[in-house]
Amino acid sequence: MNKTVNQKAWLFVLPVVVLVAFNAIIPLMTVVNYSVQESFGENTFFWAGVRWFEEVLHAARFHASLLRQILFTTIILVIEIPLGLAIALAMPRKGPWVSVCLVLMALPLLIPWNVVGAMWNILALPDIGLLGRGLNALGWEYNYTRQPFAAWFTIVLMDVWHWTSLVVLLCYAGLVSIPDAYYQAAKIDGASGWAVLRHIQLPKLKRVLTIAVLLRFMDSFMIYTEPVVLTGGGPGNATTLLSIDLVKVALGQFDLGPAAAMSLVYFLITLLLSWVFYTVMTKDEAQT
Amino acid sequence: MARIVLRDLRHSYAPPPRTDADWALKQFTLEWEDGGAYALLGPSGCGKTTLLNLISGLLTPTEGRILFDGRDVTNASPEERNIAQVFQFPVIYDTMTVYDNLAFPLRNRRVKEREVDDRVREVATMLELDSTLEHRAAGLTADGKQKISLGRGLVRSDVNVIMFDEPLTVIDPHLKWVLRSKLKELHQRTRRTMIYVTHDQTEALTFADQVVVMKDGEIVQIGTPVELFERPSHTFVGHFIGSPGMNVIPCEVRGGRAIFAGEAIETANGANYRGEGRGIELGVRPEFVSFANEGVPVEVVKVLDAGRYRIVETAHAGHTIKMLVPEDESIPRGRAHLRFAPERTRIYENGWMVT
Repeated sequence: MNKTVNQKAWLFVLPVVVLVAFNAIIPLMTVVNYSVQESFGENTFFWAGVRWFEEVLHAARFHASLLRQILFTTIILVIEIPLGLAIALAMPRKGPWVSVCLVLMALPLLIPWNVVGAMWNILALPDIGLLGRGLNALGWEYNYTRQPFAAWFTIVLMDVWHWTSLVVLLCYAGLVSIPDAYYQAAKIDGASGWAVLRHIQLPKLKRVLTIAVLLRFMDSFMIYTEPVVLTGGGPGNATTLLSIDLVKVALGQFDLGPAAAMSLVYFLITLLLSWVFYTVMTKDEAQT
Repeated sequence: MARIVLRDLRHSYAPPPRTDADWALKQFTLEWEDGGAYALLGPSGCGKTTLLNLISGLLTPTEGRILFDGRDVTNASPEERNIAQVFQFPVIYDTMTVYDNLAFPLRNRRVKEREVDDRVREVATMLELDSTLEHRAAGLTADGKQKISLGRGLVRSDVNVIMFDEPLTVIDPHLKWVLRSKLKELHQRTRRTMIYVTHDQTEALTFADQVVVMKDGEIVQIGTPVELFERPSHTFVGHFIGSPGMNVIPCEVRGGRAIFAGEAIETANGANYRGEGRGIELGVRPEFVSFANEGVPVEVVKVLDAGRYRIVETAHAGHTIKMLVPEDESIPRGRAHLRFAPERTRIYENGWMVT
């Protein structure tokens, strides 16, 4: 059999190659380049080998922000996934309220990150903010600019407010795609509400839940704008998450080498954890 | 097991119903004997599934009562009615094994695990699912999955009725036949009341003892397959059942005889006709039309060979009359005359058989 060889076909692939090169490969390689060099003023660079990587991996500061980051992401996933699922289950499937609910749910997703941060910043101010004053009026001496716990409480609440909707919309889309016959059969089989959730809804939602967990994991693991606008990483370093720390190193101190090494480590951790999540959650499917 | 009575039932999806067309199911009364094999036959959108869902309790009727063995269950839930239903698409619980799928309805009703095991194994044997009991149900083929949903109905020994909502839609053609005879066999073995909804006449006629033919939310005829074939009480039944369907041609009635194309035709029920002569039609199945030396004059239009017999299409003044001719009989060219078997030829008034 003669295979037709048409070298012109490469032209069709070219736009994608150029695009990916410019927005992924070239920047990544630049970072790799920085990570193995020491930089001085006037664009002079010296070979530094793996020194920055060793430094980053042994730095107490990096460990602390990584730990904060993992804690933050864990809290976010533990709250947003079940909450999102619960809201999706409670939403109406038919009637005029469907569109009202969907618009209400989509609203937070449409607000730019820094606006969300600014909104919550004002909302949580203990002297003039509705939330801050309200909490103080309830007897909690709340001040997110001074108390680490209050600061954490606020950024978690803000993220839940901003992003639970995404989980809700994904789960809702999954729920409405389950054919009615499943619910009817379950009714006839005498299944309880719990059994319907356990044996019909959750299995059918598995794929969207996998996507929801992955998206929320990656987004929350790389979160920057909202906490920076809200707390600036403070009080002290209490809410300095990985990306905030990275920016402090890279821009604040202009240590390009260590910052590049740190971002590569950061990137690899994100990639590794995403892969672990994905593999664990799709393990069953591979078996059948 | 129960005798099911549907009394003065009516249903509408658009409350409150204003016009006649709002009723998805027009008023009727119907009785299903215990242990019978019934089929609900009709074209899509005629109300078959609505009727089925009313019996199973997935819908509550707008008007009328539903009685199971004299007990009023009109407002009872599907669970309380103790019925089983097999849907158009196989409904299985993906995460469970075949065994757990079959055990699910029993476990929900807190049946003892030893009894569950007995029942599940018995039903699995009946359905030839023994070898796959420990497999994940999600891995089975469509017919295997459909067997599981049927099995979930059979597994409960006290189920009042098992209903099938076009259960063979997604099954491969060569397996349809197998599954259909399996169903028939299961009915004879278990003697459960079974109601089978379909728009396929072959499925209905081979499965059921009694077929309920529906059209536009109305029950047109209830009868055995033979009755539906030999005495269709509405031209719709004549059309819908049989292949090709019954010939329906306009005619007049004079002196107890039907007049078509100037020929007087003897019919089975012409003598009963007392009407004014409006909306009268003559119905005769292609099986009961034959060539003769005299009778209705026609042109032979075309001949289709169907294997064991031929379908001959003839026409008189634009009215098509189809007939079946055995393979060995000769077919005249051009002009011919037709004879209608008198005892199989009937007069219909506004669609309904004259009685």
